[in-house]
Amino acid sequence: MSSLPYPSHADPRRTLLASALIGIGCMAAVDEIVFHQLLAWHHFVDRYTAFALASDGVLHAIELVLLVVGFFMMIELHGAGRQAPGYRGPGFLLGAGGFQVFDGVVDHKILRLHQVRYVDNLWLYDIAWIGFGVVVLAIGWLLLRRAQRGHATSQH
Amino acid sequence: MPNVAQWLALLAATLYLAGVWRTRHAGKPWSLWRSASFVVGTITLAVAFAAPVNAFAHHDLRGHMLQHLLVGMFAPLGLVFGAPMSLLLRNLAPARARATVTLLGSMPVRIVSHPLSAALLDIGGMYLLYLTPLYTQSIATPWLHHVIHLHFVISGCLFSWAIAGPDPAPHRPRWRTRLGVLILAIATHATLGKLMYAWLLPAGTGASPGEIQAAAQWMYYGGDLAELLLLVALMQQWLRERQRAARGKPLPAG
Repeated sequence: MSSLPYPSHADPRRTLLASALIGIGCMAAVDEIVFHQLLAWHHFVDRYTAFALASDGVLHAIELVLLVVGFFMMIELHGAGRQAPGYRGPGFLLGAGGFQVFDGVVDHKILRLHQVRYVDNLWLYDIAWIGFGVVVLAIGWLLLRRAQRGHATSQH
Repeated sequence: MPNVAQWLALLAATLYLAGVWRTRHAGKPWSLWRSASFVVGTITLAVAFAAPVNAFAHHDLRGHMLQHLLVGMFAPLGLVFGAPMSLLLRNLAPARARATVTLLGSMPVRIVSHPLSAALLDIGGMYLLYLTPLYTQSIATPWLHHVIHLHFVISGCLFSWAIAGPDPAPHRPRWRTRLGVLILAIATHATLGKLMYAWLLPAGTGASPGEIQAAAQWMYYGGDLAELLLLVALMQQWLRERQRAARGKPLPAG
């Protein structure tokens, strides 16, 4: 279809990694902007133990750094002409969905740092939260399979 | 009438600009961005110590936090990214410049300016200030108050410089170490903000819970912004190094 040659020195693994980092950072930003600031379902502090506060701090630092590192990796790949077409979308979705599932399972249920919303029938919110993450992960995985077979839209 | 802190900021800006004038007069280049950065740093200091901000800081914890953010986090970014040490070295006679470089490379300076010790001085100092009675004492004791401000200007500069300062630093640890320390610093700073919010610290100030929690949130989000700028500066250096390394290497076969 296109006359452009497929960039032979493209780096799919690194493109996937960089866009996954950006996906994780963006999902964390959605959590902060939508659930903390707009809906106010989540609070600045939910549990008053030192462990909960410190793990909040550590998670926050890692999210911020992953977002910025992902962007800079992407800039570098772009500048060197090594971005692999077709791998950015799946990377982003795998990162975002993976983070959503991690947040829903590890933070909410295992560590019990905070909950999705402080209401009755919390399990409905949990299913929606984790289910959304699983759906995003699944779409990311399907797109990744297509890219690996060379069928991604942006590869043509 | 400017106060002592503002006179010092003015003095720093004057010395810096005199150095820039001398450098350019000698036909050597000096970046306009560097000059702007340093001047903005000194203006930030002058604003932080302006009478209205001082008054706000005296009776309200949020005012203190605003002052703390400007003095300890934002002003140092401006000062450090003005590359004052490079400017100084360009304006010294060769023998003196060499002596200065030797001093900067000496063991005590290297230990203090290691990212980990700089972070400990900067963030550790904050834990000490807000989690112990030091804060209430500093309000009652003017000289202690000034020493603490000075500490945060210096440790803030030291930390910013150790992580991503533009001045040449032959002994600086590699990029991974500096990023690791920065993650640690962001995490401990964010944790301190949350601790202060949750446990209503600093204690014994007579401030209402609402005031303390607002101050803690200012610290959390304001600190985030300053650390984000530092992180971008560090990654910018990383990008330049990678691009330089790639230019030296041929493209991988394929």
